[in-house]
Formats: sequence, C-alpha cells, structure tokens
Amino acid sequence: MYILIIFLPLMAAMTAGLLGRFLGKKGTQLLTTLLISICAILSLLAFYEVGLCASPCYITLMTWIDSELLYGAWGFMFDSLTVTMLVVVTSVSSLVHLYSIGYMSEDPHVPRFMAYLSLFTFFMIILVTADNFIQMFVGWEGVGLSSYLLINFWFTRLQANKAAMKAMIVNRIGDFGLSLAMFTIFLVFKTIDFSTIFAIAPYLAETKFIFFSLEVDKLTLICILLFIGAVGKSAQIGLHTWLPDAMEGPTPVSALIHAATMVTAGVFLIIRCSPIFEYAPNALILVTFMGAITAFFAATTGMVQNDLKRVIAYSTCSQLGYMVFACGISNYSVSMFHLMNHAFFKALLFLSAGSVIHALNDEQDMRRMGGLIKLIPFTYSMMVIGSLSLMGFPFLTGFYSKDVILELTYAKYTIGGSFAHWLGTISAFFTSFYSFRLLFLTFLNNSNSYKTYLNHSHEPSLFMTIPLILLALGSIFIGYITKDMFIGLGTNFWANSLFILPDHIIMLESEFIAYWIKLIPVIFSIIGALSAFILYSLYNYIILSYKLSTFGNKLFSFLSKKWYFDKIYNEFIVQKALDFGYNIGFKNLDRGIIEVIGPYGIVQIIYSLSKRLSNLQSGYVYHYGFIMFIGLTLFITFIGLWNFIPYIFFYKIFFLYLITLFFIYFN
Amino acid sequence: MTINLVEYLIVAMVLFLLGTLGILLNRKNIIIMLMSIELILLAVNANFIIFSVYLNDLIGEIFSLFILTVAAAESAIGLAILVAYYRIKGTIAVKYINLIKG
Repeated sequence: MYILIIFLPLMAAMTAGLLGRFLGKKGTQLLTTLLISICAILSLLAFYEVGLCASPCYITLMTWIDSELLYGAWGFMFDSLTVTMLVVVTSVSSLVHLYSIGYMSEDPHVPRFMAYLSLFTFFMIILVTADNFIQMFVGWEGVGLSSYLLINFWFTRLQANKAAMKAMIVNRIGDFGLSLAMFTIFLVFKTIDFSTIFAIAPYLAETKFIFFSLEVDKLTLICILLFIGAVGKSAQIGLHTWLPDAMEGPTPVSALIHAATMVTAGVFLIIRCSPIFEYAPNALILVTFMGAITAFFAATTGMVQNDLKRVIAYSTCSQLGYMVFACGISNYSVSMFHLMNHAFFKALLFLSAGSVIHALNDEQDMRRMGGLIKLIPFTYSMMVIGSLSLMGFPFLTGFYSKDVILELTYAKYTIGGSFAHWLGTISAFFTSFYSFRLLFLTFLNNSNSYKTYLNHSHEPSLFMTIPLILLALGSIFIGYITKDMFIGLGTNFWANSLFILPDHIIMLESEFIAYWIKLIPVIFSIIGALSAFILYSLYNYIILSYKLSTFGNKLFSFLSKKWYFDKIYNEFIVQKALDFGYNIGFKNLDRGIIEVIGPYGIVQIIYSLSKRLSNLQSGYVYHYGFIMFIGLTLFITFIGLWNFIPYIFFYKIFFLYLITLFFIYFN
Repeated sequence: MTINLVEYLIVAMVLFLLGTLGILLNRKNIIIMLMSIELILLAVNANFIIFSVYLNDLIGEIFSLFILTVAAAESAIGLAILVAYYRIKGTIAVKYINLIKG
C-alpha cells in the first residue's frame, strides 16, 4: 500500500503523458483522476495506520548511490509528519484533478495537462516521503520542474513563458542554498540520512568550523542554508517575486501548486529538519524575522492588487510567512497545522476564483467585475467560506491555527516573538481587508463587466462544483476536528517526527496570556472587513481622493509596485546580468577569445601554413634535391646531438612555442 | 695487404660531393643530373670496394656488382622516361620540368 501511494501518480503521469494520444481526452481525465483518488484514499489509510495508530513505517527499496562514505538509498519514511502532508497533497491533488476535468474541458492539450498534474503529485510525494536529503532533493527539483511546465502550460503566451522562467530561475537560487546545505550536512555529519542526522545533531550543537575563513557555528550555518532553500520554494521575502507571476498558469495549477502544496515544501523542509533547527537558535531568530516580514509585506501588497488571482497569491505568500515564523518560534506542529488548514481554504479560494474567471469569459481584472452575487451565488458562497476561513473568523478552520500562532508569538517573550506577533496581528487586519475588498469588487459592487460576458456567465459544471463543496467542508470543519490531535496540549500524535527543545515549548504559557490579547486578531479582522466595506462599498470616493493626494499616490504606487522589489531586481541584478552575458560572455568570450583560439583562429593558421607549405612545392627537381640534402644533414646532426635533444625540446615550454607560433601566423 | 684508407676514401668522397653538387647546382641539363646520380652511385661503389679490400671481405665487391646492375637499370629507365617526355613536351630543359608544382 505504501509503495502504491508513491507509484500510482507516477503510473498516472506516465500513462497520460506517453499514451495520452491513444487514450484521448476522456481517457486521460478518467485515468489520472481515478488513480490519484485511489492514491488519496490509500493516503487516508496510511494516515490512520501511521498517524492514529502510531506505527511509523520505513521502507528501503534499493540502493541508489553507494560510494563508500556517501550512501543514498531509495528509502521511504512514513511518520506522522509525512502522512499528514500526504493526506493534504493527495486529497487536494485529486480534487484539483477532478476540477480540471471541468476547467480545462475546452483545451486541446488535456492529456499533457493531466500528465503534468500527476507528475507533480508524484514528485511532491517523493519529496514528503524521502528518508534522506538526496531523495528529498529529487522531489524538490521535480516539483520545481512540474511547476515550470505547468506555469508554461499555455506556452504560446509570452507572459507565461516569462513567468515560468522567472519561477525556475528564482527557485534555482533557493535550490543552490539547499544544495549547499546538503554539502555542509555531508561534511559535518558524514551522512545524508535523516534519522542519523537528527540523532547526531544534539552532539554537534555549538561546535564551530571554518567557512569562508570565518568561524561559524556548524548547525547555524546548515540551518541558514536550509532556510535559503525554504525561502526560494516557499516564496519568503527576497525570493518571493516568482509566486505572483506564477499565476499566469491555469487556475487549477495555481490552486494545487502555488497555494496548497508545492510552496509549502519549504515550510515542510523546516519542520522536517526541526531537530537541527532546535539546536541553532540564531537561525530560528532569522526564520522568525523573515517570516514575519513576509507576512506583513505580502499582506500590504495584496491590498492593492487588481488581478483576482494575484490577490490570492499574495495572500498565500502572507500565510506562508505565518507558517515560517511559527517555525521560527519552535512551534512546528502549529505551523504544520496551519499548513494543512491553509491548503484547504486556499485551494478553495483559488478554485472559486477559477470558477469566477470561467464565468466571466477569462476575465481576471477585478476592476472589470462586480455584481456576480446575483449570477453565480454558489461560487460566491464558496468564496465567502474561503475568505472567512482565511481571515480567521471564529470557529472556521483558519481561526484555529492562525490565532494559535499569534498567541504563541505573544507568549514567546523575545524581540523576535513580539516582532512576529505585532506584524502578524497587523497582517491579520490587512488579510481581512483584502479578502473583503476582493468580495466587494467581484461579487457585491455594481458590475463593471461587459453585457455579453454577463449574459453568458454561468455556475460551474458538476466536475468543478464537487471539489468546491468538499474543500468548503474542509475549510469549515477540518480545523475544529483535528485541532486537539495536531496542536492539543500534550498530544502525542507527532511522536518522533517533530522535535521541540523542552526550553522552547511555550504551549502552556500561551494559555495564560491576557484575554484581550487573544481577542486582538479577531477584532482586527472584523475592523479590516468593516473598513473594506466602508471604502469599497459605501464611500468609494474616499479611496479615490486618497489615491489622488500626493502622499496617498506615493503610498499606493509603493504597494501596488510590490514594494519595488521587481523594479530593484530588474534594474540592479537582471539588467546587469544580461549586460554581462552579452558584453563579456557573448561578445568577448564566445565570439572573442574562444572563437579566435578555436574555430576561426585554427582555420586561419592552417590556411596560411598550408599556403606556405604549398609554396615549398616548386616542382623543380633541384629544389627537392636541396631539401633532401638539408633533411639528411639535419638527420645526421640529430643523431650526433642525440643526447642534447631533451634540452631543446623541453615539453613544458611547448605551450610557449605554440603561443609564439599563433601570434606570428595570426598577425 | 694494408692500404692507406684515407687517401682512397677521399677519392670516393670527392666523387660523391661532385655528384651531389652536380644535382643541386646544375639547373640546365637533365642528362647531366642523371650522370651525377651515376657519379654518386660510383662513389658508393668505390666505398664498398675500398672497405672490402681493407677488411678482406668479398661481400662488399659482390654488393658493388649488384649496385652496378641496379644503376644500369635505373639509368636505362631514366633515359627511357626522358625520351618519352621529350616526345610529349618537346623539351627536356630542367627549368620547364615543374609539372608537380603545388
């Protein structure tokens, strides 16, 4: 069963990808959805067995890399953390497969799309089940590849090409950090096996080594490098720029990859490596700050975006910030809980957004929407459930994890904790603001759409409706049902899969913080929703006049241009890199030095040499006789001077001869 | 019987040099070239015979007989080529024989 969980998606991907031509549209849709659904059911069984019955499962399939010291096996580890991720990944993936049947029904490349989706699921499962770093890296790169392929699914669109390349390249920076982390881990631990590393980690705490001629703490360095990997994949501030652009892909892809599963791989990595992170307190502080800044940054940017999907993308980025700083304050189980809840309500939001886009003839700009509540009330109710859950409305799924995170940060009495708490709380205000702004602009305000579009707008088909209903149920109930199991006080659900240093446990303290502090996030959310109502529904002109004022204009464009991150990157990094590539790389190296030493120069030399040689062939007998005579003389000289030849033809200076010859002939 | 080796060898060497220089310096007549080749072969023959006498070994003289035969055959072929060449080109001046110029 465990092996089947891993290989069913691969079988689906291979069959749909290689035989899609013969299976046809219906065949691939049926096959992939069926296989992934079976996979989801098996994952639930695995969750029951491993998570609820507390019997972890370790499978070693075969040796992959075996070079004495470095040993990597195809091994699969099913512990509580893995099966939780498995349930999230496979259930959301199967729902997205089902949704895609409806959403992509008009597309001519359905088999390819389904194959990519299944391939992504396979790689994601490899990522979460791996029992060593190398195998996890396979999954890590695999999901990056699938993400690239899926963003670029409509490959004739220039924007999609650009977004896909951006996602790939920005992720590459993070992956570079992760591979450096793996090298360092191998250097320090002499192994890449998870269980060995986690067992040894305590003994290496506060040991130092030399890195770039600086003395650094081993575990801190490893954790920071791992975190760089997580920053790339989980779109934390600095390497977040690819995530909003990735919305160029089809909407089911955004729901599956760029909201529910792949972007949480970075958070998963941090949670998985909790036994290392716990012994690197400085790295944890960095994680806290980065996560908090990301949550705040993305929430502020999300407030002013006009693209429906981009708002949700920034919301994802912001929620990932919550998860990361929850890890930073050593509450991995809460982070994982939020990850799971977020997967459900964010997938719901994205799929509802897809439904809206479908209804409005592929219109994504919120300024050209409105009034849809009367036309597609079902989608509206789904969107409302998702939004309420996202903003942490009491007793919905998001409430249970988000509020706990904020309470825990308050109970962590450090600078990092307070920083994260206040930024997180303010972000909660922004979150509800942009969620309600989205609802008002899309559904509640008067319509700005075209009449023809509105005439043809319709509720989604059954294939798209079922996933929405299921996800909505998840968004409402999952948090309430699983709260005690995942983050209840003293729960033993996580067993050995997570590790929290006893000093860092603040679960109990958070129960004793002041009551009004606990209420702040909810109050902020309600104020945010109310202000969105006031600004976007009652008194539209306030925001217009604010946009027109000098300061308001500056602030607005600062937020709307995403804090100028893209501008700075483009002008100071991308442009410079392109210039370097053209001027130095292409003009001076490729078409310059390499061309002159290589093809062009050699042709020149051989041409001129052969010309001189052919001049030697005069055809006169006495010339040949003379050459023979000279040759004979040289030969005799050589034999006479045999012992001195090594000094004349000293092989180490051949290079100099060659260069001299080159310059003589080339000039 | 002992002979003064150097004096005889000088004769052979002078013959050899005459032949070599005849080939290198002569630019007019191809027949003189052939003659020079004969002269080189003659010098080689002389060397063989001198050393054969000096070392009291008959093989050298037998070898020189072989060389004489080969030289005769060679000059016969050379003259035959010359005749054929003259028939085709109408001249055997050395400065016009450069058909294999590169």
